[in-house]
Amino acid sequence: MTVTRQVSQNDIFSHRLANGMILVGEPSSSVQSAAITLLVPCGYTTDPVDRLGLSSLVCDMVLRGAGSRDSRALINDLEVLGVERGESVGASQISFSAATLAENLTETLTIYADMVRRPHLPADQIEAGQLVCLQEINGIDDEPAQRLMVELRHRTYPQPWGRSSHGTEAGVMASTADEVQAHWSRHFRPNSAILGIAGNFDWQQLIAQIESLFGDWQTNNVPAIVETTPALGDSHTHHEGNQCHIGIAYPSVPYRDSEYMRAWAAVGVLSGGMSSRLFTEVREKRGLCYTVSASLQTQLDRARVLCYAGTSSERAQETLDVTFAELLRLREGVLPGELTRLKARIKSGLIMQQESTSARSGAIAREWYHLGRVRTLDEVGRLVDELTGEMINEYLQQHPPQDFTFATLGPTPLELPSEVS
Amino acid sequence: MKFRSHTLDNGLEIVAECNEAAHSVGVGFFVRTGSRDETDEVAGVSHFLEHMVFKGTPQRSADDVNREFDELGAHYNAFTSEENTVYYASVLPEYQEPVIDILADIMRPSLRDEDFNMEKNVIIEEIQMYADQPPFGMDDKIKEIHYGKHPLARSVLGTEETVGGLAVGQMRDYFESRYAPNNMFVAAAGKVEFDALVKQVESRCGQWTAAQAPREVPTSQSKSSFQLVTRASSAQQYILQLADAPAAEDDRRFAAKLLATIFGDDSGSRLYWELVDPGLVESASVGHYEYQGVGMYFSWASCNPEDAAENFARIEALQKIAERDGFVEQELHQAKSKVKSRVVLGSERPRNRLFNVGGNWLQRREYRSVADDLQVLESVSLADIHNVLRDFPLTQQTTVTIGPLESWGQA
Repeated sequence: MTVTRQVSQNDIFSHRLANGMILVGEPSSSVQSAAITLLVPCGYTTDPVDRLGLSSLVCDMVLRGAGSRDSRALINDLEVLGVERGESVGASQISFSAATLAENLTETLTIYADMVRRPHLPADQIEAGQLVCLQEINGIDDEPAQRLMVELRHRTYPQPWGRSSHGTEAGVMASTADEVQAHWSRHFRPNSAILGIAGNFDWQQLIAQIESLFGDWQTNNVPAIVETTPALGDSHTHHEGNQCHIGIAYPSVPYRDSEYMRAWAAVGVLSGGMSSRLFTEVREKRGLCYTVSASLQTQLDRARVLCYAGTSSERAQETLDVTFAELLRLREGVLPGELTRLKARIKSGLIMQQESTSARSGAIAREWYHLGRVRTLDEVGRLVDELTGEMINEYLQQHPPQDFTFATLGPTPLELPSEVS
Repeated sequence: MKFRSHTLDNGLEIVAECNEAAHSVGVGFFVRTGSRDETDEVAGVSHFLEHMVFKGTPQRSADDVNREFDELGAHYNAFTSEENTVYYASVLPEYQEPVIDILADIMRPSLRDEDFNMEKNVIIEEIQMYADQPPFGMDDKIKEIHYGKHPLARSVLGTEETVGGLAVGQMRDYFESRYAPNNMFVAAAGKVEFDALVKQVESRCGQWTAAQAPREVPTSQSKSSFQLVTRASSAQQYILQLADAPAAEDDRRFAAKLLATIFGDDSGSRLYWELVDPGLVESASVGHYEYQGVGMYFSWASCNPEDAAENFARIEALQKIAERDGFVEQELHQAKSKVKSRVVLGSERPRNRLFNVGGNWLQRREYRSVADDLQVLESVSLADIHNVLRDFPLTQQTTVTIGPLESWGQA
């Protein structure tokens, strides 16, 4: 059975406000909920180099009162509306997500409009905001796998793309209330902002509400980001513990590249499902570790495949060697059976995505960011159906896994592969 | 949304919430066994067995199991707790029968020597991984201290020593004694074809033989205590607390859940405003967990070591104030809105409904619809909450803290 016969026939609509803000919506009358994902162009790459973590601080501060509500009223009112919310700081955007019962969508949107457009950013709460950010930075020190991936991303991306989203203690603590205000005012802007909404709502009424909430938001232009080469220390970080953590990265193609689907499929063969190569070779056949995985992480203009394995020190070298050998073996191409399983997984993943309005609101907002349009699940399904083993293998011949970056973290350093081309 | 159930002659029950409008079907085998059913000699065997179940049967190799699940595009996994081991998969509706075929087959695993020896390495890696992560094994330790000899004190993972010393024969004996059809059930949710499901399960599991699989449910004799464990290499200090709360069969559990939300939800609660919002801690929260015969409030806070004693004093003060003055209507209203919304949002995925339907059947052999849960949550009054607070005081708890601190200062 093909993917396209089963995926949603839901239409996806888009609307551009005069100030450049994009609204994308996927209405569905069969659910009781509605979810929003609001992407605001204030990611960690906008942090001044001596204020790393400023966007993270702004993200905390906009929740401390907005419009007619003080800090406590804002959080409490969202909770009375039954809003399940989350905020995260990415490379290019802060993502605000919220899901609630459909009947509360209108009121929820009103509060989010206040948060991004009329935050109080109270000077007397800057210290509290800084402490919250600092706690998160300190917490990572106790999460070895997370620490390793922060280091791997730092090593594989040009700056500022490989920064830690949390910033640094020095950057956060140096930030002043005025700087928070200025950073918000510069980067919280409608041009480049995207609002994705999925769930039970009327599209025309939604457009009217969004026009009224965001239509008079003033645009602002910011200078383009300048890339630099990161200063790299030793690829091994010493960490006391039972386990050694291994990270390997290599370049891939970003989401908007016409070959992205092929690149994504190749990574799916490597790591996706328990019959995938890394799980089979590293864990199942050799019992080397509990966790091993690879994923394709895409930014707008660049992407990397990031691999992770965590294992006890005495098995770490073999784990690294076997994992790396699998990356090299991928150059030889994928097998028909692997492609069949991959398609089955993608297909059920696409169909089950419809069962979560949160997942859909995030997916359509991010898709607009990457492509400047949104494909229906139907359209994506057709692309999956058209995918052949030859297409993936052709891609792998042109883009073989190479130019590897390594990072390790644990009690003892490992010997890194010398054959890296 | 319709509830259906059926029991095979050998005692295997099949329960399902059928939803014609769903896009997928979630199905699972729920086995009434976990660490509380183990003895010292086989500590960790339930969880190790859960891994071994995926290692093949007389009909399928381990590779076959993984490959066939993936061919269906199944989202599948398993987990082991103190009292259950659950194997589940979400698939598109047309794959209901093939996924039952795999799940039913692996419930009768081969437990081969060579697979056992290989997988033992993976289990030990898993134990080591958790030992390196917060709270560095203290979640097990606090149960040991709080529950003493009670079976619920047993660790799900076991230790490197107990798992390392296990023999495959011991696992086979444990399997024979626990995986009887009358000690497990099949649950399903979403776009389920129930009549077909019964036939599919019966043809594959109907010949399994019933057996006695008793479980001891002693009352717990918990006591309050405080323990500091020093771990010099940690960056943050972690404070764990465990207090008694309504058990799975206790109707007061709904009030307990709302109480935990008001007092210690990760947003908008008393702990949140006192500790999280001002940045005094990285996190601070309380959850209510229910087991057979035992319920618990499990609290967690992490912060800079130098602030730990002071933060702990703040938490204790909040507990005392709550017990002395109780809560107010506005707090209850907010907690109800939040919990009810979570119930509805969660119910849109068949996979979530599967765990809900399965969980209610595990604990109480009852079916509860989303509407049932919403109704009972709505009916909880402030007086109910205060009664729970009186019967299960937050202040009577075991505390374990781990981190770089060598002494606890003024506390």
